Amino acid sequence: MASPRHSALVRVTHWLITVAFLALLVSGVEILISHPRFYWGETGNVNTRPLFKLPIPSSRDTVPTGYGYVLPDQNGWSRYLHFQAAWFAVLTGLLYLVFGLLTGHFRRNLFPARADLSWRALATVIAKHLSFRSASEAEAGSYNVLQRLTYLFVIFVLFPLVIWTGLAMSPAIASAFPAAVTVLGGQQSARTIHFFVSVFLLLFLLVHVVMVILAGFRIRMRAMITGRPAKNTEPR
Amino acid sequence: MSKFSRRKLITSSLAVTAGASGLAVAARLAQRYGLIPPDASGFYGPGETLTYAAQRLLTRHSFAREFAPSQVSKPPFANEVDPLGDEFKRLQDAGFVDWRLHVDGMVARPASFSLAELRSFPVRSQITHLACEEGWSYIAQWNGAPLSHILDRVGTLPQARYVIYRSFQPDWWESIDMADALHPQTLVAHGMNGGELPVAFGGPLRLRVPRQLGYKNVKYITRLTITDSLKPFGKGLGSASPEGGYAWYAGI
Repeated sequence: MASPRHSALVRVTHWLITVAFLALLVSGVEILISHPRFYWGETGNVNTRPLFKLPIPSSRDTVPTGYGYVLPDQNGWSRYLHFQAAWFAVLTGLLYLVFGLLTGHFRRNLFPARADLSWRALATVIAKHLSFRSASEAEAGSYNVLQRLTYLFVIFVLFPLVIWTGLAMSPAIASAFPAAVTVLGGQQSARTIHFFVSVFLLLFLLVHVVMVILAGFRIRMRAMITGRPAKNTEPR
Repeated sequence: MSKFSRRKLITSSLAVTAGASGLAVAARLAQRYGLIPPDASGFYGPGETLTYAAQRLLTRHSFAREFAPSQVSKPPFANEVDPLGDEFKRLQDAGFVDWRLHVDGMVARPASFSLAELRSFPVRSQITHLACEEGWSYIAQWNGAPLSHILDRVGTLPQARYVIYRSFQPDWWESIDMADALHPQTLVAHGMNGGELPVAFGGPLRLRVPRQLGYKNVKYITRLTITDSLKPFGKGLGSASPEGGYAWYAGI
């Protein structure tokens, strides 16, 4: 059998993270609507001027939203689910990280080749993306430089940042690691950054799914589920 | 091919056995060292146990951050509570002279303290952050008697593992483990921002446990019960919060 497009561990952790991410997204939105206002610094409440407000209704009647109704309070299970899914994602992520380092997955599949990092090479790839030309044969078996940079950014910047800012909101963690909160500017700053990083992760998810659809939904899904590489088996 | 499969079968069954026994040992150890929260049953049990165990190991002796007087929030914010009723009004009109804090359970000398007595105990003053699980927060200065001082005074028995605290409001009760109960920053607070503790913020008495979220900081406390098990209380989940769908441990 030809070597799979994605190794078994990449496939399994990919789908485990997908499940955890969707659970974090739903529960995160649910928690967010109990106070859709954001602040900078250590503190913030309805007596404080917010950095910005989201124009959505709230699940608490103490928050002035301009809407004449209050959404149902679902924070109990949302918080339980959010933290359980976070543990699930972090443990799966650690497994992926250890595996990636041991097998050379990052080096082989994600770190861009030096030659691909020139502005000229990047411009070529970007132009190709913008012209909506479908992926070439060679690219169906590996990632181009834009994909590599995006995945690296998500794995090594956005995920660590969303975990850090999440933990920085915890009063117990803040007591054990005060500097992890103060360098962010305070607990409300941590909450605000957590929100923006989550928005970036959601954007990544949407673009990722759109790209998979454009590049051939069935082939890509099969590659990530069974690992079978695309070898002209699919009618073009 | 068959050789390869057999080897794979043996290694994976060994891995599964090792994993399962590792989990069993971890569960026994966690039980022994008090790392399992009372609401660990059910679908969210694994996540809750991981959070509580990890934070207990990391924060047993850590101190909540304290702030400068200039960082005190003006004005602070308090969520509203259900109407407190005529009895509370009567006590409030009399300046809370008849307010009592009862202490019972696993103690050598059950006792009942008036506000005046509690105010005569050593006072700890601290400027700490109070964050609500909803997302908002404020910083205030709190005065109160360390809970550990009260527990010393009544002679808490060595087998004690939790302190239950009850509000004047019916069905509002919480509990904390001894790591939080004996922590120097855990206060039976009677003062805020230099004055008496306002009723909106839990006056005359509020439990302040600054390493946990707002809902563990029960307002209008009237009774402390020291126990070695939370099973006999309410639905056995540790406090009113899990009965209403919220986690017992609120360090996150």
